Amino acid sequence: MAFIELNSISKCYAVGEERVFALREVSLSIEEGDFVAIMGPSGSGKTTLLSILGGLCRPSGGKYTIDGISLYDLDEEKLADFRREYVGFVFQSFHLIPYLTVIENVMLPMAVVWGQKSFKRKNALLLLEQMGLTSKERRLPTRLSGGEQERVAIARALINDPPLILADEPTGNLDSKTGKEIMELLRKLNAEGRTIIMVTHNPENAAFARRLIRLRDGLIEREELVSLKWVKRLPVGEIF
Amino acid sequence: MRLYTISLNNLRRRKGKTIFLVLGLMIGIATIVTLITLTKAMEEDVGKKLDELGANIVITPKSHDLNLSYGDLTVAGVSLEVIPLRGTDISKIYTIRNRENISIVAPKLIVYYKVNKKEVPLAGVIFKEELRLKKWWRLASSQVTLSPAEQDHTMPKVEGRRAFTLLDSLEDRDVIVGAGVAQFLGLKEGQLLEIKGERFTVKGILEETGSQDDVLIFANLNLIQRIFRKGDEISLVEVAAFCNTCPIEEMVAQIAEVLPQAKVMAIKKAVESRMEMVKHLKRFSLGIGVIVVIIGSLIVFTTMMAQVNERTQEIGIFRAVGFRKRHIVSIILLEALIVGFVAGILGFLGGRGFSHIALPFFLSGRGEFLPSGYILAFFAVNLSMALAILASIYPALRAARLDPVEALRVI
Repeated sequence: MAFIELNSISKCYAVGEERVFALREVSLSIEEGDFVAIMGPSGSGKTTLLSILGGLCRPSGGKYTIDGISLYDLDEEKLADFRREYVGFVFQSFHLIPYLTVIENVMLPMAVVWGQKSFKRKNALLLLEQMGLTSKERRLPTRLSGGEQERVAIARALINDPPLILADEPTGNLDSKTGKEIMELLRKLNAEGRTIIMVTHNPENAAFARRLIRLRDGLIEREELVSLKWVKRLPVGEIF
Repeated sequence: MRLYTISLNNLRRRKGKTIFLVLGLMIGIATIVTLITLTKAMEEDVGKKLDELGANIVITPKSHDLNLSYGDLTVAGVSLEVIPLRGTDISKIYTIRNRENISIVAPKLIVYYKVNKKEVPLAGVIFKEELRLKKWWRLASSQVTLSPAEQDHTMPKVEGRRAFTLLDSLEDRDVIVGAGVAQFLGLKEGQLLEIKGERFTVKGILEETGSQDDVLIFANLNLIQRIFRKGDEISLVEVAAFCNTCPIEEMVAQIAEVLPQAKVMAIKKAVESRMEMVKHLKRFSLGIGVIVVIIGSLIVFTTMMAQVNERTQEIGIFRAVGFRKRHIVSIILLEALIVGFVAGILGFLGGRGFSHIALPFFLSGRGEFLPSGYILAFFAVNLSMALAILASIYPALRAARLDPVEALRVI
């Protein structure tokens, strides 16, 4: 059984008396350690798919299992626990808490986890070091550049060491140079063994993934392997 | 990093909103504290003044044969058929549950005696109690020339003074005479009076009161009991009770229980007017208090609701990173608790400060009635926290119920 199994997942919304399908019986398997890019035009259902994968949005039909857990058989509170333990979210608008410092933002998912403060802080500092933000731990997010904010968001996504990273347009608010740096970072995290699923409009970002899934009108239109492009972009020594 | 870090930092770093929230609640609490302080002080003042207006309970022996009129009450004190009250009954009055409310117990023995061949009623009283009970008694101006023996005795100046001031100088064989009986018998202050062979001195003549007191000669209870061979018999007992904190009917029932042979009556008019005044004050303060509490709660409620709306995305982030619903509720309620605590302390201090300034205007310079600060502070802080929590429960639950996807609007 694959790490992630989507079996005939549907999601429909009621708009007035009409029912609008965001996803129509989507089936998909994703292996552990994969890097999947989801592309598609607006309204194709990619955001809904990412929400369902992250345990944020209950599907209208179908079955979703991750790591052998039938996710939507869990209640709301258990779903929250799942998100904390299994998923790291990286949002397009960073979604940092404006009144918490950099290090507090990174430690946010640990606020509800029992553990020593020093241990949590040590982990957060380690991640900030990896993100090149050691000197900025006490700053508020408003005093950081877009790239720095995104790196804080990534550090926050990694603090609980989740096996799955879900990224929604991670470079959408960044310039192309910073965007590329962030993509390199995601690729590195994938190389460390984390499963990454990323929604993007940008074909250049999609090229960092191993697989590309194209959605249209709530259906999987096409699946592609992009590993060749990916290999081409990497210096040989970094692949294995 | 704990949940309280989030609450504290939100309040600390969003100073404007926090100050607004604290201020809103603080004004409410300060108003309540001011109202409580002022009305409590006024209640006590009014209560104290009203309790000085004489007896509100009268105890007489049970009788079907009522033969003595005492004001608007009918007393059976001299009837032979009744079981009279005894001195020991007085101590029983002090055993009732609401004994702390008893202010004055004034027993009387009423007997008739011929003075200067004219029959007049004599009232044996305990002057200490009687003069405290009848603070309105005033002494008629003195026109008598005192004998040298009487001048030796430090005679206080009695011109128009309150009879109460005589208390320290009264001796066993002194009597106070009602205006009517003084005129009837032609008595003057300082004059000697013979009752059953015993000599008494007219220590003071009362100004006209328009009551039964005008036709009585007041003498020492023990002496009257002794010379009329009445043992420790008592005709009636007047009781003044502090009625601010107790229903008088309850006290009447309690006394009736310890004195089953007696008839215990509340002087309705006195009691009712007293209670009515206090009730009005209480109602007034309660009414305003309730309005202010509602306004204060609404301020907290609307501000908290606005905060929840503003923080929708933030709550979405909390939910996305794995906060349970109860964690969201905890964050918001903890913030409310902190705001409530600070607003409670500031509101208490503000209210006390304002009361201190305002009280002399309400009680014409009397500021000694400020109720105990600790209890009010405890009450204010707890009320403030409770209000803040209550007003925040719905916003907190609403926040917790937010759909994380909707809240984030991005994913």
